[in-house]
Amino acid sequence: MNIFLRKPKGFYDVYLRSPASDKTNTHYCPGCGHGIIHKLIAQAIEDFDIKDRTIMISPVGCSVFVYYYFDTGNVQVAHGRAPAVATGLKRANPDSIVISYQGDGDLAAIGGNNIMQAANRGENITVFFVNNAIYGMTGGQMAPTTMIGQKTMTSPYGRNIYNEGYPLKVVELLATFEATTYLERVSIMDAASINKARNAVRKAIQCQIDNKGFSLVEILSTCPSNWKMSPVEAKKWIKTDMITYFTPHVTKDKINERESHKVEKIRLNSEETKSKLDLPEKRDLVKIDMSSVKEKYKNPRIKIAGFGGQGVLILGNMLAIAGMEEGFNVTWLPSYGPEMRGGTANCHVRIDEKPIGAPSVAKADVLIAMNKPSLEKFEKEEYLESGALLIYNTTLIDIEPSRKDVDIIAIPATKMADDMGDLKVANMIIIGAYMEKTKLINEEALERALQTGVKRKNLMDLNKKAIKAGMDFVKNLK
Amino acid sequence: MAKQFIKGNDAIVKGALLAGCECYFGYPITPASEIAHAAAKYFPLLGRVFLQAESEIASIQMVYGASSAGRRVMTASSSPGISLKQEGISYCAGSELPCVIIDISRGGPGLGNIAPEQSDYFQIVKGGGHGAYKLLVLAPASAQEMCDLTMLAFDLAEKYRNPVCILADGYIGQMMEPVEFPEPLTGREYPDWAVLGNKETRQNLINSIYLDPIELENHILKLNGKYERMKKEEVRFEKYKTDDAEIICIGYGVVSRLLKSAIDECRNKGIKAGLLRPITLFPFPEKEIRNFAESCKSYFVSELSLGQMVEDVKLAVNGLKPVHFYGRTGGVVPSVTELYQQIEKIR
Repeated sequence: MNIFLRKPKGFYDVYLRSPASDKTNTHYCPGCGHGIIHKLIAQAIEDFDIKDRTIMISPVGCSVFVYYYFDTGNVQVAHGRAPAVATGLKRANPDSIVISYQGDGDLAAIGGNNIMQAANRGENITVFFVNNAIYGMTGGQMAPTTMIGQKTMTSPYGRNIYNEGYPLKVVELLATFEATTYLERVSIMDAASINKARNAVRKAIQCQIDNKGFSLVEILSTCPSNWKMSPVEAKKWIKTDMITYFTPHVTKDKINERESHKVEKIRLNSEETKSKLDLPEKRDLVKIDMSSVKEKYKNPRIKIAGFGGQGVLILGNMLAIAGMEEGFNVTWLPSYGPEMRGGTANCHVRIDEKPIGAPSVAKADVLIAMNKPSLEKFEKEEYLESGALLIYNTTLIDIEPSRKDVDIIAIPATKMADDMGDLKVANMIIIGAYMEKTKLINEEALERALQTGVKRKNLMDLNKKAIKAGMDFVKNLK
Repeated sequence: MAKQFIKGNDAIVKGALLAGCECYFGYPITPASEIAHAAAKYFPLLGRVFLQAESEIASIQMVYGASSAGRRVMTASSSPGISLKQEGISYCAGSELPCVIIDISRGGPGLGNIAPEQSDYFQIVKGGGHGAYKLLVLAPASAQEMCDLTMLAFDLAEKYRNPVCILADGYIGQMMEPVEFPEPLTGREYPDWAVLGNKETRQNLINSIYLDPIELENHILKLNGKYERMKKEEVRFEKYKTDDAEIICIGYGVVSRLLKSAIDECRNKGIKAGLLRPITLFPFPEKEIRNFAESCKSYFVSELSLGQMVEDVKLAVNGLKPVHFYGRTGGVVPSVTELYQQIEKIR
């Protein structure tokens, strides 16, 4: 038997997903433009032999059931979000051909930002935008593209420019975006127009196949049911009314100028993955002689405070990393919440032989005060344990601590750093002082911390010198 | 592998990449932005997709797209951003798309503040979007768990074809701790339901519409079957000093850490307190909580809110023993002493 009339191969032969008893026709109303537009797309899919690669996106609107008809991969999505979903699909799988099919409410109203942003990114997707100047599925309400004076269920006196503004010109808008490649407005008002629409549909899909970037075809279409017209009248209304405002034309065609661009996927093996992720090599712990650490310096809860820029956070970070290298449980918590107000930066560090519960240090065993407000605030009884170790920076603190029940190291860290040529190493001098006093952190562990935690490697020698200076300062106190 | 000293937020990203996450779509928000920063750095280095979306709404829909394509995919945000994502989360659940959503929760309602709060329990655990769906919800309490539970989240999402949420607070996100990272996952195959843009999967459909009420009812029952299975197979929790405990303390995230220290203080003073920390908030460890009703005198729940999870505890305990509650909110984190005093009061 010779078959003269058949569906394009982009369609299923039988629409098994449709719950209707008639599985050969669409669910669209007589005279609706969707059927014609579907067919133009299905033909292009067949002619380009891309149905295996193609993923059709069904929007919300009358075309919500696009997936009943297209013999392609199918994804149904939320109202207006097709361009975002298309972005996810295409970025995940650049080899697929992703087609977003959207109506005027979906694309131009609720999804307005999504289409603009996808267009402006130059997503390599193809969008078919069906503009019939009305909401179809929900029962004939006003669309952003509803014509001036057009009566709908929600503009019963006609669209009024002072209340609803003017109809939105989508292709003209998207043409202003540098990244868009191909934009055209066509209609289905007569055979000649449908022919033009066919070419536009093919060109838009070819644009994606060639990896030339974003393409969109706006198709002026009919909605006889909600326009309350016969199919013939509806086509005529496009000609007499719609095209006087929505001019059919190639709005933008940069296909020949654009370079084909596709992100090639790299595949890494396990070793490469770990190396790119900056994961550390396996190494032995640094041995520490706990017998030389006094009981009161074990398992410290440390609070470090100062001005922003004094390296307070790094100071804490170094102690914690060094503690980790020695096999202790450690936590580091930056100032967070209300405490950070008042111009001080602070952090809490815990170094413990047992697993650590609270990472926050309400009452500290060790207070490192880099400036005056920090000393004044945190030496108070509510913040500092009796018998605690208090290290403070005498260069910037011109008062004596009021607490007499704590061990005190008064060290001119900022001045010492200045003498060494870089104010920034004051924090390292303090670290040295802490190490020498408590013996909890040794030099090997601290050096590892410097290797992993300090970005500016050219400062390594200076940092080490500063730490030594801090240690010597405490040694000379004895 | 050796331990790395790292922020919880960064551990999430490395864990996700080791678990084979191929795409990240997100929108910046404090205090979750480090996740976007680390993702922006590492995803491209590994040949994976990172894209800053135009909005929270778009980012969850991009997740929907990449998940439809069978890829392991994630997004991260904080409370107000999660509110915006709720529509998309409902669609992911309805279309049975696995994905991982990170919520580093902050103070609300409205713009609130950026300090740690746990007021997202309702919107994450009880739904938040429209329709009868559930997220599987994991609540990490350390940087190590930020990595481990993120990796687990990808497996569970795929096992159940359901979104999984990591619900953490700003403390756990901002805190640095040593993390031991596992070996990267290799050889993952795309699931057979995915739409891969090839001949084999051409017949696949990702969809959440069921026009016929009977069909939708069947779909919901099927989803519900998954949630019931999660309740049987996925309940996770940690116990701390509960063996002889007369007061069972319950808290998740950073609160569980504070409670541990408070419990240590209780024990020093002879108060027999212990901790049950839910690791899964859905499914909730209701049986394990109820079982203590036989041996304990009372329960003590603490949250960084005026009480959300406590409702689930009360449902589990079902009036068998008193359930006491103490919460701070607005970003205020109670001190260990404060919690100790509250526990001491009810002994």
